[in-house]
Amino acid sequence: MTTPDTVAARPEVVRLEHVTVRYGDRTVLEEIAFAIPRGEFVGLIGPNGAGKTTLLRAILGLVAPTAGRVLINGQPARRGSRRIGYVPQAFTADADLPLRARDLVALGLDGDRWGVSLPSRARRERVDRMLEHVGASAYADAPVGRLSGGERQRLLIAQAMITEPDLLLLDEPLSNLDIRSSREVVELVRHVATEHGAGVLLVAHDLNALLGAMDRVLYVARGRAAIGTVDQVVRTDVLSRLYGYHVDVLHVHGRILVVGGDEREPVGPHEDEPHEVSAAPLHGS
Amino acid sequence: MPWWRYLWAPGLATSGQVELALVVGTTVAVVSAVVGFFVVVRAQAFLGHALSDMGATGAAGAALVGVQALWGFLAGGLAAGLTVEAGSERAHDRDLATGVTLSFTLGLSALFLQLITQDTSHAGVTQAILFGSIFTVAPSIEPAMIALGLAAIALVAVLFRPLLFASLTPETARARGVPVRLVGILFLLAVVTAVEQSALVVGALLSTALLVGPAAAASRLTDRPGAAIAVAVVIAVGAVWLGVGLAYDSYLWPPAGRGWPVSFLVTAVVFLVYVATRLGRRAPTGGADPTEAV
Repeated sequence: MTTPDTVAARPEVVRLEHVTVRYGDRTVLEEIAFAIPRGEFVGLIGPNGAGKTTLLRAILGLVAPTAGRVLINGQPARRGSRRIGYVPQAFTADADLPLRARDLVALGLDGDRWGVSLPSRARRERVDRMLEHVGASAYADAPVGRLSGGERQRLLIAQAMITEPDLLLLDEPLSNLDIRSSREVVELVRHVATEHGAGVLLVAHDLNALLGAMDRVLYVARGRAAIGTVDQVVRTDVLSRLYGYHVDVLHVHGRILVVGGDEREPVGPHEDEPHEVSAAPLHGS
Repeated sequence: MPWWRYLWAPGLATSGQVELALVVGTTVAVVSAVVGFFVVVRAQAFLGHALSDMGATGAAGAALVGVQALWGFLAGGLAAGLTVEAGSERAHDRDLATGVTLSFTLGLSALFLQLITQDTSHAGVTQAILFGSIFTVAPSIEPAMIALGLAAIALVAVLFRPLLFASLTPETARARGVPVRLVGILFLLAVVTAVEQSALVVGALLSTALLVGPAAAASRLTDRPGAAIAVAVVIAVGAVWLGVGLAYDSYLWPPAGRGWPVSFLVTAVVFLVYVATRLGRRAPTGGADPTEAV
């Protein structure tokens, strides 16, 4: 776990200020405000339809906020920034697809450029180094269609990290993995991000997979968000305010369960409650 | 006549007809293989097939008004391709849109062909459109075929990296600023060119074999994208040369004087190669056993 002072002192890689995203009548994100410094691992947790995907798209510059602004390294977010590495949930590939693991990772380097890449030793070495970082050297020349889910995730992480981004965004990387692979991927992400000094925003359904790995949790529900340590945010009162109705947070053998109550009994957001639970420096948990 | 004459008929090496067929056929083979690699990667074989069938409608319409078949094929494929593209971006919707549009255009084909063949001088048009007419290709379109072929190959070369990126991990490509939709549309133009040129040679119904067969066979023989394209080209060109040569020879085969269709011979060679690559277990490649844990 990073100590609070070192993390708080690092430059911010992403900052959202009063970000609201509306599609017509629908408010998908409302007054989202938070900042992630380099090197911090933040888990983005929340139910389906809460606005997590829209939040990611806003950070990637694919969606312009209706109000507020998104800053990447102090600059407004724009599409196609190499400062952000994006890791999708998965990819589909036929078993016979003639594409090796190293080819997939190499696409992260120059897949956005037109034309064909000329073979170059420097390019190959960079890909080899990245493969080694994620522990995929053993299957560097294997066709991607024959790799397991966990192996594929490693490649996707390598593909995203090869431009040495300042922020790594992972869109539900653990959803298709068994528990063991899940833990290994989380550990790998922590390790790789720490080595490169990158910030991490990892979207997951189950926050338990990230306990002990993430520094803070960004909990999003009904388009509203709260950020802080798990102890600060994942509490009955905070989450009930976010959801707008009563939810219970239960602790069972070191695992956390969020159980929804009755949607018909609303709990309104209090005007005097800040949406960012902790604006003060973090205290390690 | 010695037995080998049945495989190397008199005049094979000097026939102007054969020469033209080989030039046109080689162009088609190379373009089909190069484009076909990405069609296989993007799992768009059905779309490719539908485009050539819909091109047949254009060719039938062209015959009706007395225009060169190639332009009819291209126009039909282009119109169909853009219609399908204008529909939804999602694979599922695209599949349905393709099927429905295809059904309608096949119906139109039936109408046009019925109208043409009422005039007996055009009796062979249906056969030519559906199954190819490489030996009756007009020499005047040779330059157009080569130019179109080169243009399609150049387009795929320019699209190579973003197309591969967008085909494999579209969200990542989008996040990195690749214009995924535009790349898809440009590739569609290349596909239309490839299948419609191919339809002229092996017919609308069989052009898919040249498009998908060599690339599918190549993907069993190599793991690398560049090598796969090269192998696909070799298979496609080989199949066309064999097909053309044997079709010329076949005038000596029973039934004497009729000749076997080039399209059948070409697609038979492609199919045989494809089957051959699937015999026996695929050799294990350097990689972890996928049944082991991560």
